[in-house]
Amino acid sequence: MTGTKKQRIDALAESTVDKPEDSGVSLAASAWRRLRRNPAFLVGAVITVLFVAVALISPWLAPHDPAARDLADQVVKARNEIPPAQPGHPLGGDPQGRDFLSRLLVGSQQTLMVGVFATLIGLAGGLVLGTLAGALGGWVDSVVMRAVDVMLSVPSLLLAVSISALFARPSQFTVIIAVAIVQIPIFARLLRGSMLAQRGSDHVLAARSLGVRPGAIVFRHMLPNSLGPVIVQATLVLATSIIDAAALSFLGLGNPDDSVPEWGQMLGGSQQVIDSHPALSFWPAGCIIVVALGFTLIGESLRDALDPKNRR
Amino acid sequence: MLRYVVRRLLQLVVVILVLSLLLFAWLRSLPGGPVSALLGERATEESRRALTAQLGLDQPIFVQYFRFLGRALSGDFGNSTGVAPGSTAMEVFSQRFPATIELSVLAIIIAVLLGIPLGYLAARRRGGWFDNLSVIGSLIGVAVPVFFLAFLLKYLFAVQLGWLPSAGRQTSGIDATRVTGFFVLDGIMTQEWDAALDALLHLILPAMALATIPFAVIFRITRAAVLDVLDEDYVRTAESKGLTTPVVRRRHVLRNAMLPVVTTIGLQTGALLAGAVLTERVFGYPGVGEALAIGFERRDYPVLQLLIIIAAMVYVLVNLLVDVSYALIDPRIRTR
Amino acid sequence: MVHSRTTQRRRAVILGLVGVVSLSLSACAQSQRGTDNSGSGAVGGTLTFGAAGAPKLFDPFYATDGETFRISRQIFEGLVGFKPGTAEAEPRLAERWEQSPDGKTWTFSLREGVKFHDGTDFNAEAVCFNFNRWYSQTGAGQSEAVSQYWTDNFGGFSDGAKPSLFKSCTVKDAKTAVVELTDTTSKFPDVLGLPSFSMQSPTALQKYDANNVQAQGDSFAFPEYATKYPTGTGPFKFVKYDTANNTVELERYNDYAGEKAKLDKLIFKIIPDETARKQALQSGDIDGYDFPAPADWAQLEKDGFNVAVRPAFNLFYVGLNQRNNAALRDLRVRQAIMYGIDREKLVKSQLPENAKVADEFLPDTVDGYTPDVQKYTYDPEKAKALLAEAGVSNLQLNCYWPSEVTRPYMPNPKDLYGAIAADLDKIGVKCNAVTKPWNGGYIEDLDQGKTDLFLFGWTGDYNVADNFLGQFFGSPTNRINTGASPWGQQLSDDLHAASIEPDKARRIEMYKDINKRIMSEYLPAVPISHSPPALVFNSKVKGVVPSPLTDEKFAPVSKG
Repeated sequence: MTGTKKQRIDALAESTVDKPEDSGVSLAASAWRRLRRNPAFLVGAVITVLFVAVALISPWLAPHDPAARDLADQVVKARNEIPPAQPGHPLGGDPQGRDFLSRLLVGSQQTLMVGVFATLIGLAGGLVLGTLAGALGGWVDSVVMRAVDVMLSVPSLLLAVSISALFARPSQFTVIIAVAIVQIPIFARLLRGSMLAQRGSDHVLAARSLGVRPGAIVFRHMLPNSLGPVIVQATLVLATSIIDAAALSFLGLGNPDDSVPEWGQMLGGSQQVIDSHPALSFWPAGCIIVVALGFTLIGESLRDALDPKNRR
Repeated sequence: MLRYVVRRLLQLVVVILVLSLLLFAWLRSLPGGPVSALLGERATEESRRALTAQLGLDQPIFVQYFRFLGRALSGDFGNSTGVAPGSTAMEVFSQRFPATIELSVLAIIIAVLLGIPLGYLAARRRGGWFDNLSVIGSLIGVAVPVFFLAFLLKYLFAVQLGWLPSAGRQTSGIDATRVTGFFVLDGIMTQEWDAALDALLHLILPAMALATIPFAVIFRITRAAVLDVLDEDYVRTAESKGLTTPVVRRRHVLRNAMLPVVTTIGLQTGALLAGAVLTERVFGYPGVGEALAIGFERRDYPVLQLLIIIAAMVYVLVNLLVDVSYALIDPRIRTR
Repeated sequence: MVHSRTTQRRRAVILGLVGVVSLSLSACAQSQRGTDNSGSGAVGGTLTFGAAGAPKLFDPFYATDGETFRISRQIFEGLVGFKPGTAEAEPRLAERWEQSPDGKTWTFSLREGVKFHDGTDFNAEAVCFNFNRWYSQTGAGQSEAVSQYWTDNFGGFSDGAKPSLFKSCTVKDAKTAVVELTDTTSKFPDVLGLPSFSMQSPTALQKYDANNVQAQGDSFAFPEYATKYPTGTGPFKFVKYDTANNTVELERYNDYAGEKAKLDKLIFKIIPDETARKQALQSGDIDGYDFPAPADWAQLEKDGFNVAVRPAFNLFYVGLNQRNNAALRDLRVRQAIMYGIDREKLVKSQLPENAKVADEFLPDTVDGYTPDVQKYTYDPEKAKALLAEAGVSNLQLNCYWPSEVTRPYMPNPKDLYGAIAADLDKIGVKCNAVTKPWNGGYIEDLDQGKTDLFLFGWTGDYNVADNFLGQFFGSPTNRINTGASPWGQQLSDDLHAASIEPDKARRIEMYKDINKRIMSEYLPAVPISHSPPALVFNSKVKGVVPSPLTDEKFAPVSKG
């Protein structure tokens, strides 16, 4: 989160090439050594592993079908009554009489999906644009980067809101797309910067002088080297996309069909009853905050680990 | 230099035109829209068709676009259909823009007044409990969804404690004179102190919610910049020369750390609009952000169109300014 | 500032505890004008009411939105009014009226001594000026989006392009106006109580170019009259619409002919977000607001606020489109769906306390209602049997529900849909949920008949059966596409015949008969519920009479 968006991305890209030439220790190994000792990273890693594990096994973990209206008989809208905690339903039910604990657990799945897909799509788009710009250079580069810069200068949430509003029918898919498109320019600039930085580096020059085709240079040498910064950015994006998706739901641009739960949607949809049923908001909000914090901690400590300044 | 700027300005015009065409065409391809909004539950297929024809929405998109463009050049961007039916889109913008500026300025002031001192203190006590705590705090601040925080603030300070108002810009019934549209400023200018104070009170909660992210960012930038400066040789020298800490702090550290901080403050101000969409919605604060949110919800295409085009224009212009200032500093860029 | 707010809150709470509640909730429905406000209501003060949206304009004739009508009901009056708390017509600016034997000529005797806010006299000339203004709209003024209530109720305009119910208005003398119609109608005179047909000052209308409405781009531009100078005879005068602060300000009209308003000022503050409105009330920023979510009623009452429940004058139904799915053209399938939805439970769990299960398409207060229709109590076994009898298995329907909206009859579409779909699932009818934003394609798809099953409803304008039944089935190409079934045209014809029957008793019998046939032979849709909307005020506000037509007058309201 430090610096302007562009500066941050560029600094991250720079770190690709700053290889300790003669240390004999690989970049990854030295970074790992530092990471292991960083408590922030450990906390983030524990949170993330737990989150992913829960998301993967939640269908078996959840005591009830999250879409089944088991407790519908206990819902009385007129008196604002929702099913209270009871044996078999430790967190009670939601306003439609569905088991809240199960929804919370299964919700992790969609939340993870939103984060992962948004990141993957953003990464893929950024990869295409960034590689094109970085590898081809010239006017392709200037056109792509001009567009990328304009997109970067728009606050990401605002862009996501605009994009999702342009879809005729909001759905989980449109939420993912809106959140993902916002990430494309970030990855594009990152990858391009990383490639430009590598252009003059020894191993690329060596490959070129050996007559390796430019395409092969890009895919075999440059891209693998960009992996570090990309991973850093990806973990940070996982956090922001989950938060942004929640904001979209709050603005009514989220997935209106809630048969498959998602935390952002659960939070966005329960704001109306936040004073009478705070648990309905606090649980998903707490989950989002913890998970976003986990990803951010990993991302930030990875960034620090890759930062050449810390390597000295 | 002039040629460069002119060329970039021409590019800007082209970008805006293309964007406005795309936006125009896309919005009109969506279901619903003005006809549904105007007719509501009473609509019939017949009345829908008649109205579509009357508004010229059945004509080819290019014809519609050029008519829109013609009117837009004379300052007419159409009438709001959902945000403030009865006002023109331009009125919606011009009345809400000062509201958002006022809110953003206060938010930035809060973020700066808290972020810089805390960042500085954290850096001075690097690794201490205060440092660790505030770093974690700033990370959490970024992880909390803004609208959720806004709800908490409102619930606590407005609903439960009743210290601050929960919605709007000014208590209704206060007879305030409108001069600039900036309510606090208006109150001061006309010496209607109660109106100014009232408007300020309305700003506090939304500004606090809006300030969290810029606060977290400014805090961390300040901390990092101060740490960098502290590592610099001249600070070590100054300290080794026996200069006492407060002097070093004043003379060297803060001054040298301020440059990146000031840049960040500028950039964060621009980014506030995103947070404003959420915050203004929660507090029913009639600013541009709320207009965007309601515009989306009620499919108010004229307003959306205008607001998005203006936003794009502002961003492209800011980019141009940044590029021009770089070009002024670094002559090599111009020749590219 | 801060202090006064907290003390104000505290005082409000204490008052609530003492229980000075002249606004007795459901009893208000039956109460007459004068019983509520005869007491101690203090004079003076400012009341701020939270509105959900910005009013489109202030000239009610061109308005179609509730936000405009709420305001214009305070500024304007019509020849006919509605008895507070009911949908029953009563004299307002007209003292009485007479109908000719053929039902086509109506003679209105006007109240004397009434003046418009601009000081001009209200008289027969003003009445005819208004009628002629409505009738002689041209250009954009004829658009259904602009003069919708006129085209819905009176048809065409003076240019004769479409037939009009209105023929002429003549000034007999200063206090007698004669309105001639081209046909008999059940709507008269009740329809003149609609806010759109309020009396406006001829002088102001002319001075501020009231008819100059223009179609412009995506919408309509209205003249100064409609935005700045609405001039009526009502107990409140328009002061200003402060668009920067999102408030509309009215003040007491001191020369009002009837009982003068108690409040000095009445302010409508626009707060679009529902939760924000609720919290604005709780924090004392506003004194009341419209349509609190039913889920909030209990909490609000517990906190010492008064939830004023309106008598339900609406209908929520599940439409069964006859056009797309052949199975739905089989009466047995439609009956199976009705048997298969547990409406009793739905109403109990999802709707406000006073909501009622609907057994037909009319609320029981409307003439033409009959309890003597075929009843469908929840019976999933019977539903399955009917489906089997019809030879339908694995019925898959495209079921539409709207997002981004709440309506008075449908406070929570998502939850209502969830309950209905779950019930249908139990009788083996599968719903493919299609959800679209209300203004972003939902209504459009309904109008274009793309649905199989959909959630919809209606809030009545006035107490005439045609306002409900005609709206639903009057045209065979309605949203349910009754025309696709053999009886659709017949139903439309019968409804038309009933609506122009001059003899009231006979007309009512005709509607009863239609209702019986709808429920036993046609069943084009499943009536679900009549659900009462509400208003909520803090405990200082007294004298509000909730109206089934949302026709609440603020004149007798006081804030003590």
